[in-house]
Amino acid sequence: MQGRIHSLESFGTVDGPGTRFVVFVQGCPMRCAYCHNPDTWPMDGGTLMEPEEIFEQYRRNQPFYKTGGITVTGGEPLMQVDFLIDLFTIAKKENVHTCIDTSGIAYKPQNTEWIKKLDRLMSLTDLVMLDIKHIDPQKHQELTSQPNDGILAFASYLNEKQVDMWIRHVVVPGITDDDKYLFELGYFIGQFNNLKAIDVLPYHTMGETKYEKLGITYKLAGVPAMDKEKVVAKKQVILDGIKKRRSEA
Amino acid sequence: MRPEWKDFVGGKWENEVNVRDFIQRNYHPYDGDESFLAAPTQNTKDLWNMVLDLQKKEREAGGVLDMDTKVVSTITSHGPGYLDKSKETIVGFQTDAPFKRSLQPYGGIRMAEKACSDNGYEVDPEISEFFSTHRKTHNAGCFDAYNQEMRACRSSHIITGLPDAYGRGRIIGDYRRVALYGIDYLIQDKQAQKDSTGRVMTDEVIRLREELSEQMIALKMMKEMAASYGCDISKPATNVKEAIQATYFGYLCAVKEQNGAAMSLGRTSTFIDCYAERDLANGTFTEEQIQEFVDHFIMKLRCIKFARTPEYNQIFAGDPVWVTESLGGVGVDGRHMVTKTSFRYLHTLTNLGPSPEPNLTVLWSTRLPENWKRYCAKMSIQTSSIQYENDDLMRVTHGDDYGIACCVSSMVIGKEMQFFGARANVAKCLLYALNGGVDEVTKKQVGPKYRPVTGDVLDYDDVWSKFMDMLEWQADVYVNTLNIIHYMHDKYCYERAEMALHDRDVKRYFATGVAGLSIVADSLSAIKYAKVEVVRDEDGVIVDFKTTGEFPKYGNDDDRVDSIAQEVVHRFMTAIRRHHTYREGIPTTSILTITSNVTYGKATGNTPDGRKKGQPFAPGANPMHGRDTHGAVASLSSVSKLPFKDAQDGISNTFTIIPGALGKEDQVFAGDLELDLNK
Repeated sequence: MQGRIHSLESFGTVDGPGTRFVVFVQGCPMRCAYCHNPDTWPMDGGTLMEPEEIFEQYRRNQPFYKTGGITVTGGEPLMQVDFLIDLFTIAKKENVHTCIDTSGIAYKPQNTEWIKKLDRLMSLTDLVMLDIKHIDPQKHQELTSQPNDGILAFASYLNEKQVDMWIRHVVVPGITDDDKYLFELGYFIGQFNNLKAIDVLPYHTMGETKYEKLGITYKLAGVPAMDKEKVVAKKQVILDGIKKRRSEA
Repeated sequence: MRPEWKDFVGGKWENEVNVRDFIQRNYHPYDGDESFLAAPTQNTKDLWNMVLDLQKKEREAGGVLDMDTKVVSTITSHGPGYLDKSKETIVGFQTDAPFKRSLQPYGGIRMAEKACSDNGYEVDPEISEFFSTHRKTHNAGCFDAYNQEMRACRSSHIITGLPDAYGRGRIIGDYRRVALYGIDYLIQDKQAQKDSTGRVMTDEVIRLREELSEQMIALKMMKEMAASYGCDISKPATNVKEAIQATYFGYLCAVKEQNGAAMSLGRTSTFIDCYAERDLANGTFTEEQIQEFVDHFIMKLRCIKFARTPEYNQIFAGDPVWVTESLGGVGVDGRHMVTKTSFRYLHTLTNLGPSPEPNLTVLWSTRLPENWKRYCAKMSIQTSSIQYENDDLMRVTHGDDYGIACCVSSMVIGKEMQFFGARANVAKCLLYALNGGVDEVTKKQVGPKYRPVTGDVLDYDDVWSKFMDMLEWQADVYVNTLNIIHYMHDKYCYERAEMALHDRDVKRYFATGVAGLSIVADSLSAIKYAKVEVVRDEDGVIVDFKTTGEFPKYGNDDDRVDSIAQEVVHRFMTAIRRHHTYREGIPTTSILTITSNVTYGKATGNTPDGRKKGQPFAPGANPMHGRDTHGAVASLSSVSKLPFKDAQDGISNTFTIIPGALGKEDQVFAGDLELDLNK
């Protein structure tokens, strides 16, 4: 199955462990206010590529990825499960570490056909980086124009399947930096024993120029970049939430 | 064994000049981390503040603080100079005061005059008269021998940056020999070399005998110069301080007599470490003292200055000296060559702060110890001051005692040298191919009147064949111009100090260079894979291009275009190899214009890849700015496909990345959490 690809990055250092080959897929249903890749939103753009064609580019530079592997991000990778199954089947045959960076929005527990495929994909996936935008349903809807119940259910699903999981969370000043919700987030993910790391990312404004070029209004215009120093403390709040949950167990 | 060599492991090096043998038998590979390193002493801080103050004053004075206009610089022309004699553990300046630039007219009197006048100084008229009337310079010699075509190529910049008015540089003396053997032994050795020349007085034998005599004179002068600082270098160094001092004096003599385009140091750290380890074991010096010697040595190297013109500084983007020092690497026996002193050298970037000079160059191998790799990466992130070279690639050709001259030119220390040859602008050559040798900027007929391209759409096969013909012509005029330059440099501006620290029979590389490779690759790719229409001016000269459609661009690991770049390098080198080279020089080429790419761009018209007239070239073998869209690995892969055997003088890639894009920062990023969670 061909994938709809936005671009390929041969030197990914922030999308999973080690140096990684990163596939950006085209198309995402989320409209996160701080998304720095709005050019990957439309479902019909990008270039159609064969999994083998993509993996061949990985192979060419394999020595660089000794401690890394391949990451699919986007866009929303789980909108293209068939393609992912084909790509990761090749990767696992060659013992390459596989990772999906997802918002979890595509998770549809009622769709049994789709879940069957997802089960298959998860058997080929070493790590899922799940980006939880906001723990509060209402605020999540405001921030991303989508509900978060499916996303949270996806985290439970990953735990059931015992797929290693990193939780990513972007801290935006005044929007996702409230200690109350950060603690809640930590408390929620603290229940999962497949949780291997959390990746707390300071919001930056580098995406803004892309909006101008695309002629889309940037909802966060005027919001300053997050002070990196402060993020360390924010991460601690999430950690405290995790510890609380675990102490109760 | 000589008393100075006590506790060293003996070997061949005791009975012949053989620094490599000494190092291999005596160095201690260091696998540990940087925790042993010492902070700067108060004296180091005081001295460095004085240097910073001088730097500030120099900037305020418009770039030059003081120039010598009366005394022609030789090894012994100037008395000793100091920052603060009581605090300096390593001494020696090029003239009798720090930041005072020396007068070096042998390369060319006009350049020396202009370097002074542009900075508000005037060369003593008697010296001007002497070097215009009584003593010919290298520059005058070149212009006596150039033909019309060479002059035209020089003016139009199709061959460019030629060392015909300034020192060619790029020769590295084995300065370590001064420390290990002392001058007396080296003079004895040179005398034996002179006695061993052939008896039939051919041109070559006569030249060799004269050069060996010059070398011996230089050695005697070195001893004299050192004595003026109260140092005796006639005998081997007895400890690490003396070893550093003697090595530095060797280098200092070179820069007193040569204002070269690159005056590199070699590969000294692991050599010095043999002394440091001995002194630590014997309790002669402490770690703090040894670091102080290294700091003071590096501080001196940061103060090397030359009198140069604004035009020169424009070509080289600043006032570089290229005091390149090569660190680390792996020996042919498989042991890595990282020592504590390799760490101490890099540690100067912490103790004295970041600096482009000396150009600290790490010879990188996958087999270097992990702690060293980490330390290098850390220092790179902190200071952006480290250059990396592929030791695994170069060791095959040069063994384990080579060093880098300038930025990428590799040579075995004391056994190999190179004739620096600047570069050929191949982007311009491609335009000459289209226009039948007519320069696209001046409209003059510079190249041969080959048939120009006819028609409005460029055909790949037609352009390629015309380009290959023009490349043959360019290589011809280029090599022959260089033959003149090196003949005259040897004759009128001979590097006696550096050559005194070489073997008698050196291997000479005849270096050439290429500028504009990525432009040519992308232009040919555009012609092959897209549609390129030409735009002619009223004289019928092609001056612009209309390119429609997509085409693969060099820098994306795409063989369709990368193979074009490879083939151009191969064909250029093949063309170069066809020619006679001066003194049986072995032809090599480099792809390395790290700084002059801006100037070359100014002299080159519109190109079919979409680059506009005057826009800079990419540096070295880099892809053109912003055209590598698949990330760093793909970009580097394109570069790494260029054949080293056809570009043995080096392939350079300038790489800039924000630290955040290298992963973990501020303990915020990925994967650092497992410990916390498992508590």
